[in-house]
Amino acid sequence: MTTARIDARFAALKAEGRAAFIPYVMGGDPSREEALAILNGLPAAGADIIELGFPFSDPMAEGPPIQRAAIRGMAAGFGLRSTMDLAKEFRQGDDATPIVLMGYLNPIESLGYDAFAAYAADCGIDGLIVVDCPPEEAGPLIEALDKVSISLIRLATPTSDDERLKIVVRGTSGFVYYVAVAGVTGVKEANAEVVAPAVERVRKASGLPVAVGFGVKTPEKAAEIARVADAVVVGSALVDEVAAALEAGEAVAPRVLARVKALGDAVRSVVSSASVAETV
Amino acid sequence: MNAQTPIQAPSSGQPLSNAYAWPDAQGRFGPYGGQFVAETLMPLIHELDAAYKAARADPSFQAELDGFLTHYVGRESPLYFAERLTEHFGGARIWLKREDLNHTGAHKINNCMGQILLARRMGKTRIIAETGAGQHGVASATVSARFGLPCTVYMGAVDVERQQPNVFRMRLLGSEVFSVTAGAATLKDAMNEAMRDWVTNVSDTYYIIGTAAGPHPYPAMVRDFQSVIGKEIKTQSMAQMGKLPEAVVACIGGGSNAIGAFHPFIEDEAVRLIGVEAAGHGLDTPDHAASLKGGRSGVLHGNRTYLLQDEDGNIVEGHSISAGLDYPGIGPEHAWLHDIGRAEYRSATDNEALEAFQLCSKLEGIIPALEPAHALARTGEVAREVGKGGDVVLLMSGRGDKDIFQVAKHLGVEL
Repeated sequence: MTTARIDARFAALKAEGRAAFIPYVMGGDPSREEALAILNGLPAAGADIIELGFPFSDPMAEGPPIQRAAIRGMAAGFGLRSTMDLAKEFRQGDDATPIVLMGYLNPIESLGYDAFAAYAADCGIDGLIVVDCPPEEAGPLIEALDKVSISLIRLATPTSDDERLKIVVRGTSGFVYYVAVAGVTGVKEANAEVVAPAVERVRKASGLPVAVGFGVKTPEKAAEIARVADAVVVGSALVDEVAAALEAGEAVAPRVLARVKALGDAVRSVVSSASVAETV
Repeated sequence: MNAQTPIQAPSSGQPLSNAYAWPDAQGRFGPYGGQFVAETLMPLIHELDAAYKAARADPSFQAELDGFLTHYVGRESPLYFAERLTEHFGGARIWLKREDLNHTGAHKINNCMGQILLARRMGKTRIIAETGAGQHGVASATVSARFGLPCTVYMGAVDVERQQPNVFRMRLLGSEVFSVTAGAATLKDAMNEAMRDWVTNVSDTYYIIGTAAGPHPYPAMVRDFQSVIGKEIKTQSMAQMGKLPEAVVACIGGGSNAIGAFHPFIEDEAVRLIGVEAAGHGLDTPDHAASLKGGRSGVLHGNRTYLLQDEDGNIVEGHSISAGLDYPGIGPEHAWLHDIGRAEYRSATDNEALEAFQLCSKLEGIIPALEPAHALARTGEVAREVGKGGDVVLLMSGRGDKDIFQVAKHLGVEL
């Protein structure tokens, strides 16, 4: 099952000949008002797609920055439903920017797959990434999401060989998220030379755009990855700006959005290999 | 789910009416279990599953393991008739399965020995483990020292504080002990951190999970390695009682000692299997670690099982006086045995465990770990239910040396 907003956005970017920039922000981090201000400001600051994390008590694949963001989100009273409520408010002013919800399975199980899917659709969610739900376990969740045309975005990783990739991309839609480093978020640095052939492999296996995340922190790195991928995801570096703003006693949203703008400009400054391949 | 649910796996063909063949090919025990891990780990989990299947089918692997269990761990462990506890409770005869006499003082080493031999077979060069009370950490550090592999043990900072003797032991054995400050800084957080290490060091690292939980094949593999306990109980019961016992009682955190004792008896439906969860300050308070009695189904640490969680699906901390029981989940096979009614699950509070700890010390000259003291706290009533002339086996899963400071503190004694 596919979603109109994600497909339309990638089609438009292909015409522009550049990669998408996907910032990741955490629901409720550091407060409802500030998280909403960040969310509402993202498209103007350069976000093509938004990855919206929901807080969970045991984020096993996250490094310290996103662990701390989740703790701040929970301290603000946020969980899965309240994060989706935030998306719904965002949708009142923006009906074009795709939102991909990201997190862990237990809050979704706790709500119930069908109830979750209905709630997410009502809030204008387009895609879902569940870190601890591999294809082997995803059947019932996909069934629920299909009913409301929400994509379950798959993850490919440095440990995915060709056989594994076939399983990972089976029946997928939207785009594929390539985890650039073996490890948790926000620790190791991605290497464009290593990532490029992997992205090509995933594109070929899936026939879908490939977003690259984990290990992209600076505008330079984002530009480097934007040359070889269809989308660049930055998360830890942005939630660290929340932490830094809080520590410095500064307004949070302007500081985060300035960082988003710098990263988005860097992605926009380069021509994506995908579009080059298209036009040659 | 009720007691009428058939206990055989659907994938097991057409078994005998009481044949028990869980998990199925997907690593499921009914709806529980499975492989809920990050995609990066999936190829490793499949590799581990294949390697374990091959090892299990290889007689030389079993022979090597048996050799170490005999000469290094000190198996078999005695099945001891606890005459004075029997007199005290005034019911069935009570027998203690003495896993406390194993090398390193608990049942944990049975599993560690099996897993490190598997790690060697797979060519892994680095060991990681999580620990709560420190018993699994000590056992992992021990086998790592024995086979010359570097080992990092993840332990919650709170547990590091309350289990200092075991921290020192692990360091003596050459392991690095990493104090985890994330979350509530106890066992579940140590497990999160071990999984983060694993996903970062996928090529060379073997993760020895200490309980019968985690992604498939861990629950089945840990159970199999711990089943040596139940198999010995069976043989020893036939030799010493001339029959099987009427009941087997064991404490449950993640539940590896209990599943090891229970599994060989599952098809012997006349034998009651009784697990005892930690009720902490009481099941009517938020401070307990009884996942079955106070939790509901969810997904954490690679498997679906009963979990202590809030209405948003966030995991809440378990509490128990015993650092080995305050895990907010339980092995998926226990969740299934609970639902199909094959095992019974009860609970004991901190205070009941403390009383049992002292009782066993005074009556039998055996200082139990706080974990099996929970099981002992329910054994009296089980013995009376079974009645005179019957036999009840209590799994003495570990010795209490590690707990004396903790117990002294609770009793208001300054050491």
